[in-house]
Amino acid sequence: MEPVADPFARFRLATRARIGLGRSGDALPTAALLEFQLSHARARDAVHGAVDFDALAAALAPHPTVRVKSAAPDRATYLRRPDLGRRLGNGERARLEALPRGEAPWDIVFVIADGLSATAVNANAAATFAECLARLPADWRVGPAVLAEQGRVALGDDAANALGAKMVAILIGERPGLSVAESLGIYLTLDPRPGRLESERNCISNIHADGLSAAEAGAKLAWLAREGRKRGVTGIGLKDEAPPLLESEPTAGALPKG
Amino acid sequence: MSGYACSIGATRHAFDDLRAVMACASPLRSGDQLAGLAAESDERRAAAKMVLADLPLAAFLAEPPIPYETDEVTRLICDTHDAAAFAPVKSMTVGEFREWLLSYAADEAALQALAPGLTPEMVAAVSKLMRNQDLMAVAKKCRVVTGFRTTLGLPGRLAARLQPNHPTDDPAGIAASTIDGLLYGIGDAVIGVNPASDSPAACIKLIEMLDAVRRRFDIPTQSCVLTHVTNSIACIERGAPVDLVFQSIAGTEGANAGFGVNLGILREAREAALALKRGTVGDNVMYFETGQGSALSADAHCGVDQQTCEVRAYAVARAFKPLLVNTVVGFIGPEYLYDAKQIIRAGLEDHMCGKLLGVPMGVDVCYTNHAEADQDDMDTLATLLATAGVNFLIGVPGADDIMLSYQSLSFHDILGLRHRLGLRPCPEFEAWLETMGMLDAAGRLAPLPADRGAMPRLLAAGG
Repeated sequence: MEPVADPFARFRLATRARIGLGRSGDALPTAALLEFQLSHARARDAVHGAVDFDALAAALAPHPTVRVKSAAPDRATYLRRPDLGRRLGNGERARLEALPRGEAPWDIVFVIADGLSATAVNANAAATFAECLARLPADWRVGPAVLAEQGRVALGDDAANALGAKMVAILIGERPGLSVAESLGIYLTLDPRPGRLESERNCISNIHADGLSAAEAGAKLAWLAREGRKRGVTGIGLKDEAPPLLESEPTAGALPKG
Repeated sequence: MSGYACSIGATRHAFDDLRAVMACASPLRSGDQLAGLAAESDERRAAAKMVLADLPLAAFLAEPPIPYETDEVTRLICDTHDAAAFAPVKSMTVGEFREWLLSYAADEAALQALAPGLTPEMVAAVSKLMRNQDLMAVAKKCRVVTGFRTTLGLPGRLAARLQPNHPTDDPAGIAASTIDGLLYGIGDAVIGVNPASDSPAACIKLIEMLDAVRRRFDIPTQSCVLTHVTNSIACIERGAPVDLVFQSIAGTEGANAGFGVNLGILREAREAALALKRGTVGDNVMYFETGQGSALSADAHCGVDQQTCEVRAYAVARAFKPLLVNTVVGFIGPEYLYDAKQIIRAGLEDHMCGKLLGVPMGVDVCYTNHAEADQDDMDTLATLLATAGVNFLIGVPGADDIMLSYQSLSFHDILGLRHRLGLRPCPEFEAWLETMGMLDAAGRLAPLPADRGAMPRLLAAGG
């Protein structure tokens, strides 16, 4: 077949939609068919894959970590029972409560959970955590990072409450789409306890290589955490008015955590 | 002692109330399990169906699943029930009603006359006794015709919504996807965008852009920006060229409150859109979306199974004479419909139940990446629905919605269905395709040349 210029070429910068795919009769040409199937395969692998929590703990070191499981024993249950993914598993709360604490409560605790994309956590959680940590006020007491298996957003409330923290930020894999399977989200909640509403959280989403960078996410999180604490509120009562991140701002690598 | 029970061998299966019979009789789905309403065993499910089959249809008038006093959807259902239309079937049990619906006596005219006499609970009940092929057979006999600039629901026709979504509402991106869809003959049901931004100003920009494309090529179709009904009212007040008003709706007052709507605001929106008089072949100005699980998701299911809640949403829809209603069947996720088997069953149920109530049903044949389903399953459901006479399906470029992150049908899929099953677009739109030179001698939309005719003409409109 002779090569044909792509009639949709000038639109491709404006959209990632699968336009101008061409036709084999009424069906997709083979290359477009296989590309779609690859994207779907990646999205499913992200949902059903496992987070390498050992590697994650090593990447977070020397920051202390603690591993927990939700009440959902496996992926199949997790997908059917969101309520179980929001609660700590049997005995986990007592384990967290028994951890040594300092003289004052933690100002913030980070929870890192697989959510709906293990790929997102494997690819983006360590860098995002480091950027968040680097931008928080130096005098904030940051508790051990909780690494949670089969977790949903509200699990962070349960875990941080057990640790006696004043605030929780949960880093969690977002539901993968066909174009992006490794997007991470952060949910910030003041005064975490079971029963918190979604409207009481601030969300930073779309953290991945083609979306929000780890540094941008860290800057937003630090701003929301400081303002949330100052104003005594997170969620719809706290609008994100963080100034845009400047190129010259230090990144985690350049600024050792004091 | 409950009146709802049956004995199978030595086991007696008793059910607390009509709601429990309905929930236990529902084919298994994860949402009812999540709500704690599903039958605990397959035998109990079969027993519930037997109990349900012997109940008189009139029982559903006597015992609404959600009280009249506390739920405006129940009040709408009871207050608009047409006893005269109901008369031909009023002495039947649910099991007899299934047999009558499948009989040759229940033809198009009989079903059309019956629709105002049916309540959503009666329709949900009989669907629970039906196999998939029963759902298709009955749906196929129902005809619900609506119009705005195209006429939908005519025999031998399959319409399609063109869904050109973009994650940042980029006008050039949306225009590109729109043109792509038009080149496959998609868009006769509506060109409908889900906006990323909810501000009225942003919506007006999109409404004006879609209207300009439509007028430039004189396309007989309607456009819609699927924003909240209160935004659409604001857009109309600011003089925007609004064809259709969209809203997501559910089957309980509480779930509708979760969507920020009630019957009063829907009435107000419809009147505002009607006053614009923009339709040419009809004045159906509303577009509703629904989906099993929405009431449970809003924690407002009132102990009613998710399929019955869904059919109650169609009673809300029909009160506003919509042009289009579609269930977004696989969008909600695996905690409500776990896998392709459950999604396919739900899609066929929703279509039949809507049609039987007189609602112009379409289906968004779709799934998310955490459900156990793939494009092969969508091929199956789309084919079943097309043979069952679905009014319209939804198409997105390459089946990949890059804004809502889920998969629906591609433009290719719908075109292929039309050609394989001998179904055609809405007549007004088909005539337009003809004038654009896009149809071959057999009336098919064959692959188009890139260097002449419709393709370069339409592409030039993308700016």
